Amino acid sequence: MQVWHFSEMAYHPGWEELGNSLRNVIPSRVYDPKLGADLYHRYLDEWALCDELGINIMVNEHHTTATCTTSVCTIPMAILARETKKIRLLCLGMPIANRMDAVRVAEEYSMIDVISRGRLEMGFVKASPFEVTPANSNPATLQERFWEAHDLILKAMTTHDGPFNWEGDHFQYRQVNVWPRPYQDPHPPVWMTVSSPGSAKLVGEKGYVVASLNTGYAATPTIFDTYRKSAEAAGHEPSPDRFAYLAIVGVGKTEEEGRRRAHQILDYSRTTPRAAHHFFFPPGYVPPEVLGREMRSPSTRMITLRDGSQAVMQTGSVDEYIDAGIAFAGTPDTVYAQIKEFYDHVGGLGHLLMMGQGGHISHEDTVDNLTLFSKEVLPRLADL
Amino acid sequence: MEEMKIAGVTLDIEITGEGPPLLYLPAESFGPLHTPFISGLSERWKIYAPRHPGFDGRTPPDDFRRVEDLAYLYLDLLDALDLDRAVLLGASFGGWVAMEMAVRASDRLGALGLIAPVGAKLGAREERDFADIFAAPEDENLKILFDGDAPDYTGFSDDEMTDAGRGKQYLAYYGWKPYLHNPSLARWLHRIKVPTHLVWGEADGFVGPDYGRRLADRIPGAKLDILSGAGHYPQIEKTAETVGVLTNGPCVTQ
Repeated sequence: MQVWHFSEMAYHPGWEELGNSLRNVIPSRVYDPKLGADLYHRYLDEWALCDELGINIMVNEHHTTATCTTSVCTIPMAILARETKKIRLLCLGMPIANRMDAVRVAEEYSMIDVISRGRLEMGFVKASPFEVTPANSNPATLQERFWEAHDLILKAMTTHDGPFNWEGDHFQYRQVNVWPRPYQDPHPPVWMTVSSPGSAKLVGEKGYVVASLNTGYAATPTIFDTYRKSAEAAGHEPSPDRFAYLAIVGVGKTEEEGRRRAHQILDYSRTTPRAAHHFFFPPGYVPPEVLGREMRSPSTRMITLRDGSQAVMQTGSVDEYIDAGIAFAGTPDTVYAQIKEFYDHVGGLGHLLMMGQGGHISHEDTVDNLTLFSKEVLPRLADL
Repeated sequence: MEEMKIAGVTLDIEITGEGPPLLYLPAESFGPLHTPFISGLSERWKIYAPRHPGFDGRTPPDDFRRVEDLAYLYLDLLDALDLDRAVLLGASFGGWVAMEMAVRASDRLGALGLIAPVGAKLGAREERDFADIFAAPEDENLKILFDGDAPDYTGFSDDEMTDAGRGKQYLAYYGWKPYLHNPSLARWLHRIKVPTHLVWGEADGFVGPDYGRRLADRIPGAKLDILSGAGHYPQIEKTAETVGVLTNGPCVTQ
């Protein structure tokens, strides 16, 4: 199993002042650029450390939010492409239905792949529902725009004999001709995130790496099973390296220390619902029956525990998140056992996307969390 | 409800009443609440009221995704029905479609009625002509859209709520960006050659009466009536008054 360290580069100093609205409409006067610069450098240092620890790197992007200040995923990736030498670099990912210039995406990815000498893993994501507003991206046509962007980007990265024409429904270019071409041939591996069996089926048909984020014991097996069936039907081998799962990880010398770290990082999950409800349900992004239901009686975001009961996402305890399979926390032995149990429950997976930093956890705790994980847990996962 | 196939698109059309023909292009939402209005109109006109593709639960063809597609579809519908000197009446989103039709061809039209239409960008780039109903909670939207008694969703069936969700989805499909307007439409409003009647709710928080006044200035000879006690849907909130002004204004041509 490969492990990837993920951080959203949160601007947590603004959370208290912003209260229950951390996205979309928040004024940037709350952001102190001097403090922000310190945080950027700190988070980049933690990723750079991963090169020594043998943990790969994962970045993502969100917009107009204090929960994630990576507003352009390829910027930290570009810095790390130069700063690291060994580990692989995953963007999970690029919200290609919200990026109006798809050729620019192909250029950014190709350039990073060359600078890193072929260490890029290329994520294409639909993005969270609240991302359509910052991009002013039409949610009713998002799905078709996603797949058109996907087709165009891959063609742009794999065409090496001069310009081609693209006049589609959503993207129009007459001279697509990307320089540089990517380092990896034919192109960096493709990853996609899914949150439902429906989207897992489409990713399975392509044979890409499927990443399920925080879907826990309850939802992950169906997603992975759907992928397996769909991949096999399309002639792809659904080997473990096709499956990735994102969880919060807190490791400590004692159970208490590991759980305290996970508890702090879990503010990543707990802050996710802290945004105006209507930004979570863009019309067409969600089906009309869901939108209609939410218009009548707005729901509360929940996580599902192993016995089928539910806990409120915004206030869930570390115990509840561990029970749900969204957090792995404790001593190295405990964490390994939790990961192994989850691994068996979902039928195997090849990539653990480890949120090793989040919320208010300090730099020292993050470094210790990552270091202890790499020494005590990572070697055992190599055999899975 | 009758089913017709026009230019490869299946349409559900309600046909009711007796009198001169009136093609009614509905607003984006609250379909069932429009029944009394249609019924009121049908005492004066023979009403042809299609449901817009997408809003009707059918997926429009791949190459059918712009308001001008709706405009050409309904121009074809006028031909198919062989209507002469028809009144074209559109409300809100339907009013946008009606204006797109009228600037293109008016040979089958006798008059144009517009109830608080969206569709033309009249303000400056940092002014919003139409409130961003996709960026507000639903209870706030209801206050924007209605002056008095807003509909109570707890009384809506699941199917009616799904229809409401679908209405928002297809309003986004056709009108997300540029937001509820065609940048070229304002430039050509002088091409509306038939008597035109604009009807507005005084308390419309979505498309304000000031917008109505500016729109009326752009359409040759247009008459504007502003009704008190109504928001964006005077045809729902002040049904009798709305039918009353329409049956005593430019739409009465025969």
